[in-house]
Amino acid sequence: MLPSVLAKLSKPGPTRRTFLVVSAAAGGALLVGYYFAGRGKPRQSGELNAFITIAPDNTVTLTAKNPEIGQGVKTMLPMLIAEELDVDWRQVVIRQADLDAEKFTGQFAGGSMATTENYTPMRQIGAAARMLLVSAAARDWGVAVNECTTAGGVVRHPSGKSAVYGSLVDAAARLKAPDLASIKLKDPKDFKIVGKRVGGIDSPLIVRGAPLYGIDVEVPDMYYAVFHKCPVFGGSVKRANLDEIRRMPGVKDAFVIAGSAAHTFEAEGGTVSTGLLPGIAIVADSWWRAEKARQALQVDWNEGPYAHHSSAFFASEADRLLAAPPVWTYRKDGNPDAALKAPAKVVEARYDYPFIAHGTLEPQNCTAHVGNGVCEFWAPTQVPEAARGLIAATLGVKEKDIVIHLTRSGGGFGRRLMNDYMVEAGAISQKIGAPVKLVWSREDDFAHDFYRPAGWHKITGGLDAAGNLTAWKHAFVSFGKGRQFASCAGLDPSSFPAGRVANLSFGTSLIETGVPMGPLRAPGDNALVWVFQSFLDELAHAAGKDPMEFAAMVLGKPEGKPVKQGTFSAARVLGVLAKVRQMSGWGRKLPPRTGLGMAFSYCHLGYAAEVVEATVAKDGRVGVNKVWAAIDVGRQIVNPSGAENQVQGAVMDGLAHALNQKITIENGRAVETNFDRHSPLTIRQAPPVEIAFVLGDADPTGLGEPALPPVIPALTNAVFAATGTRIRSLPIDPKLLA
Amino acid sequence: MRYTLNVNGQDRKVDVDEDTPLLWVLRDTMNLKGTRYGCGAGRCGACTVHLDGAPVQACQTPVASVGSSKIITIEGIGDTAIGKRITEAWLKVDVMQCGYCQGGQIMAATALLAQKPHPSDDDILNAMEGHLCRCGTYLRVKQAIKLAAEGG
Repeated sequence: MLPSVLAKLSKPGPTRRTFLVVSAAAGGALLVGYYFAGRGKPRQSGELNAFITIAPDNTVTLTAKNPEIGQGVKTMLPMLIAEELDVDWRQVVIRQADLDAEKFTGQFAGGSMATTENYTPMRQIGAAARMLLVSAAARDWGVAVNECTTAGGVVRHPSGKSAVYGSLVDAAARLKAPDLASIKLKDPKDFKIVGKRVGGIDSPLIVRGAPLYGIDVEVPDMYYAVFHKCPVFGGSVKRANLDEIRRMPGVKDAFVIAGSAAHTFEAEGGTVSTGLLPGIAIVADSWWRAEKARQALQVDWNEGPYAHHSSAFFASEADRLLAAPPVWTYRKDGNPDAALKAPAKVVEARYDYPFIAHGTLEPQNCTAHVGNGVCEFWAPTQVPEAARGLIAATLGVKEKDIVIHLTRSGGGFGRRLMNDYMVEAGAISQKIGAPVKLVWSREDDFAHDFYRPAGWHKITGGLDAAGNLTAWKHAFVSFGKGRQFASCAGLDPSSFPAGRVANLSFGTSLIETGVPMGPLRAPGDNALVWVFQSFLDELAHAAGKDPMEFAAMVLGKPEGKPVKQGTFSAARVLGVLAKVRQMSGWGRKLPPRTGLGMAFSYCHLGYAAEVVEATVAKDGRVGVNKVWAAIDVGRQIVNPSGAENQVQGAVMDGLAHALNQKITIENGRAVETNFDRHSPLTIRQAPPVEIAFVLGDADPTGLGEPALPPVIPALTNAVFAATGTRIRSLPIDPKLLA
Repeated sequence: MRYTLNVNGQDRKVDVDEDTPLLWVLRDTMNLKGTRYGCGAGRCGACTVHLDGAPVQACQTPVASVGSSKIITIEGIGDTAIGKRITEAWLKVDVMQCGYCQGGQIMAATALLAQKPHPSDDDILNAMEGHLCRCGTYLRVKQAIKLAAEGG
């Protein structure tokens, strides 16, 4: 499910008329870009969004428009341009664009959308520039355009004439931009860059420790800040020993920021704002001195209305609510209650999963300079355009006056779809009238996350005598207010197996809380696929069927022809299932306390089926021996090295959800506040991962998220196969398996 | 307090509070940003530097405790023979996703190979397990260490 913050930015299909533009820059360089009609002021030549700049010295500069959070888009998007432009990858320089909503569209990282949205437009712009260069050469030589060929940044003619692109830029810049509809793209069999393993473009800098990330930004005369918020969600400052803090070494100022309620997640039933939360800013001449002064803070908090909330309270509320019919049933097909009365078999199970945190390794941070006629930000953000809106609304500045520089992000995972840290840095800078770098401590980061929502589910399934799934009655307790889910706390009414079971219902009862929630990699699916695919495994066993066979029975007949993008395709699920079955040696004999489990998902337009082999030790510890992943994200993998890295990483991420991670709430605050109690997977836990991409006919789509959800149920289903114990609560408790 | 620190072969003078972790001296006083803050508690390994060749967590090392030890950071590790081999292997294998932890991973891997030129799988796990990669690049980390051990 796409979080609302992305749904707003990512509008499927062309929303505006798009034109190609061409012009010359100072020094005679050729610029080729897009112009979007109906946005901003009429365009002057030269101020277009130059995706491609070719200088007379033959330097080819390509613009990477989207923020890089580790998914490789800064490499992948320019690869698409370079491919159609027909230049050598080695001759390419890549420039990271800043936020410019007038010149670019969709400058965001999230929802696995970069490939989906840009695969064709990036190729088109490269092909258009190539066409211009060929036209310029052909005109100069007095030959037909179609007699010329290109390769490695050179135009050639059979007569022996040739010209490097750099020598043609002056003539090409005088030509009229071609009509977008006339652009011919390469036959993929002629690809020289796309489909090849290309290393990350920033990697040579990363191995030298170059300052690439938000936290590395330095601006002249800047101060350092910490911002101390109430550990209880929804709390505010009554009083604090600010005079004492101001006298501490290196401290320039310490002050209360009252905060202001804002907007973004109210629309989704969120009960805590993402705007500026109240807290205490400490500004010093070094970050360490600011942080040290914070240790001496004595604050009297108003802990607000949610100080009594705890994980135990939520669990008892869930028990109470699941004992009664759901408050709100929002999908009902057939009559589940009637269907559950007379079938051959009824299976009922409860599942629950906890809040978890993002824990990006680079903590939230932002450098801001607000005042003296400037309003400038440097930050690791996934959604700079949304950040600009939030800053404008919260700090009372005009959007057009805000400059946002995109830095590399030390991980995103959805955390940097919220820009709370940017607003805080801006407010602090505005107050002191000087540039400031705000860095959250790791403890701040865990204590003030927008957590993956916890949830409690009760499902009753019915099977007929032949083992067919005839009923699915699904009640769950989640968070929200009235009939509005908290951010990412919902369950999509079209979730599989909806539509494939004659009698099915989805109903919910919501708990209102101050715990902030939001999107975490594969929002919704990262928990719900575990619930659905675990229960399907239970049903398969109850029906006496192999889980692969049972999945095929529920999926039904594959569609005869490709389905529209965005529609669930049984054929594509069956394709990845068949592949993973073959790769993993499904059904083979295994040693004692060792089992294979499988699961599949359709998430962010991608299809994934995964098998886990796990061994459960006598003391209950779960070892993951190997993971097999079959993935269908369309007909073309742009960068196989990056793509495999994403799948491996998503698998590790999912295993960490299953084995390591939970945020406990006590007294209205988060208990786990560092990696010792909420750890990513460790190298010792990391299994080998065998990956296969199933290449169908579908348009290429993204890979940041689709490989994550199925690994969690594949693991818990493997634990069941190994031990006969069904894991119905995450993370896995080894005590249950000893 | 004034200190003279030997960083990547050069003596550098700094004036900082004595309890300041080496991490923040490197990052904010010396502007060497490659040593990165991840947890501040010795739990993630992102801030790993070498003190006289041994890997230490700079966030847990007060500047006053460094003395005359020779500090090597990620900015200088490529100038050592093993560090060069490790960084080249890292690029060949294309280890990185977000890359934020990789400086610390490279420092730990270089110290490992300096001590054990042909590490076993267990040696690799023992040396690397305190180094968290939130993106999950562990398979490539192992692969790159093995590649470097084989001579790159």
